[in-house]
Amino acid sequence: MGGRSNRSSHQATEILKAFWQHEVSKPFIAFLGLFIVSAVLSPAFLTPYNQRVLALQTAPLALLAFGESMIILMGSIDLSPGSTMALAGTVAAITFVHYKQPLAIAFLAGIAIGALVGFINGLLVTKAKIPSFVATLAALVAGRGMVLILTGGQPIVGLRAFGVLTMDIGPLPTMVWLMFFFTVLNFFLLTYTRWGRYIYAIGGNEEAVRCSGINADLIKLMTFTLAGCYYAIAGLMMDARLEVAYPWTGWGAELDAIASSVLGGIQLTGGVGSPIGPFFGAYVLTLITNVLILMGVNPFYQWVVKGIVLVVAAIALTRGLRYVK
Amino acid sequence: MVRESEYLVFTKNLVKRFGDVVALKGVNFRVGYNEVVGLVGDNGAGKSTLAKILAGIYVPDEGEIYVKGQRFRRLTPQKARELGIELVHQERTLAEDHPIWRNIFMGREITGPLGFLRIKEMKAAAEKLLNEIGLKAIPPDTPVKFLSGGYKQGVQIARAVQFEADLVILDEPTIQLSISEVHRVLEYVHGLKKRGKSCVFITHNIYHVYPVADRFVIIDRGKIVAEFRKVDVTPEDLTHILVSIARTGTIPEKYEKINLLNVAGSN
Repeated sequence: MGGRSNRSSHQATEILKAFWQHEVSKPFIAFLGLFIVSAVLSPAFLTPYNQRVLALQTAPLALLAFGESMIILMGSIDLSPGSTMALAGTVAAITFVHYKQPLAIAFLAGIAIGALVGFINGLLVTKAKIPSFVATLAALVAGRGMVLILTGGQPIVGLRAFGVLTMDIGPLPTMVWLMFFFTVLNFFLLTYTRWGRYIYAIGGNEEAVRCSGINADLIKLMTFTLAGCYYAIAGLMMDARLEVAYPWTGWGAELDAIASSVLGGIQLTGGVGSPIGPFFGAYVLTLITNVLILMGVNPFYQWVVKGIVLVVAAIALTRGLRYVK
Repeated sequence: MVRESEYLVFTKNLVKRFGDVVALKGVNFRVGYNEVVGLVGDNGAGKSTLAKILAGIYVPDEGEIYVKGQRFRRLTPQKARELGIELVHQERTLAEDHPIWRNIFMGREITGPLGFLRIKEMKAAAEKLLNEIGLKAIPPDTPVKFLSGGYKQGVQIARAVQFEADLVILDEPTIQLSISEVHRVLEYVHGLKKRGKSCVFITHNIYHVYPVADRFVIIDRGKIVAEFRKVDVTPEDLTHILVSIARTGTIPEKYEKINLLNVAGSN
């Protein structure tokens, strides 16, 4: 009897130990803890309306975070998510409103432009040998410039049809289902495919990857392109949420994407992190803003709180490392 | 007259330049079947450059490479692996944060019909392999960063064994290792020889390579200057020769008659 109870307590300890050692444990605990604290702090937090708003706000950020985290996993950085999402949203809106193309074509045009920006970023990094920070900084600046040229600085209205992304399918809006779909896709891509494992390996030791006969440049090019597609989908989601293609959409979103990745347990040194961690990171970041608004906290303080949470998360994640750069 | 097909690997007049620096100046290098060659020389002699050309990492500017009688102008890492040449470099070919099994299968993962990785199969194969080469106590899920230098070499050699490499090039495998870890690496080399494989053991420490090598090739400033059979020289002789080359650029006369480069019919 005593032996059996000892065995089950040993098993429980082993399960807890395995969970704690898993890459996603800390982001998940942060998510769960903040969720509970938020529910206690504000009675409005758990209402279905608020949860729906929270999910709608999380979806585009999660897509940005998935793209950004893949780049960070390769040991690079991407500063272009905000501009790319704005450019993709603008191109989709122009295709739909000005060129009167069907919605599907408009969406595809937006995604194609996102892929093109990502592809150019990848070419600059792999062929022109420009560090990703500089290459994507150029994309951030030039991309925003393109948006302002295309829109003349004015919002593009008449995007009610984009509401297909915000309408409910069952209990949840389409774009929230899309967010879950891309979470699962990202998990499978990064865990069960060669491409995904090479993304990690490039961040872990690029020299080892090249010595193994793997075309690291091709992997980087493909990954930057896919990240561009993710940012573009986020841009379409933003158009759908606002029913307007606003030229300053995604201003500063690259920082939120990086913050979501870090909160999701992705190490900025590359090679380490869970594929689904950025989902929790994006949710936590959105949740903090949401609950502070519900509590009526001055918006200026929200930035400070976000910064503090980021530092706390970074401290938790870098415990055990001998040094960081 | 040398017949290229008699050797597993044979190079003819390899030249490699890095800008104005000529790292290899017409190198003729050969490795026989089931032979362990000790490639020795001072720092900057061209040992690693030659190894990287054989592994397809560097492209030679001139010369030819014969592998099992097949002629190549250059190799790629992929082609070298296909031909059974595996380079084991001190720690540099391992992703430290990744588990052992992922490192063993890097670039040659086992996949299913839809292209998804067969993770369980790879873990099981890695575990079996680790047992075979004497790393029984280490689970294949262990990240490489937790292994000592000797075990890291073991993982890289396991990778070569798993994919049936015919020639394993060990580039400075004993550098910064403790005495017991050096002993472990030498056991791995003995194991390769027993399996019928060939090995190039690159080092500047004669005492590390002497117990395992069949033949010694001395390279100096981009040229192969001497070759000796193990039966003809002692570790002390080799040390004496290396010191002489470093000081005067020449080999002491008494060793010239056993230098295989001067012995008719042996090269």
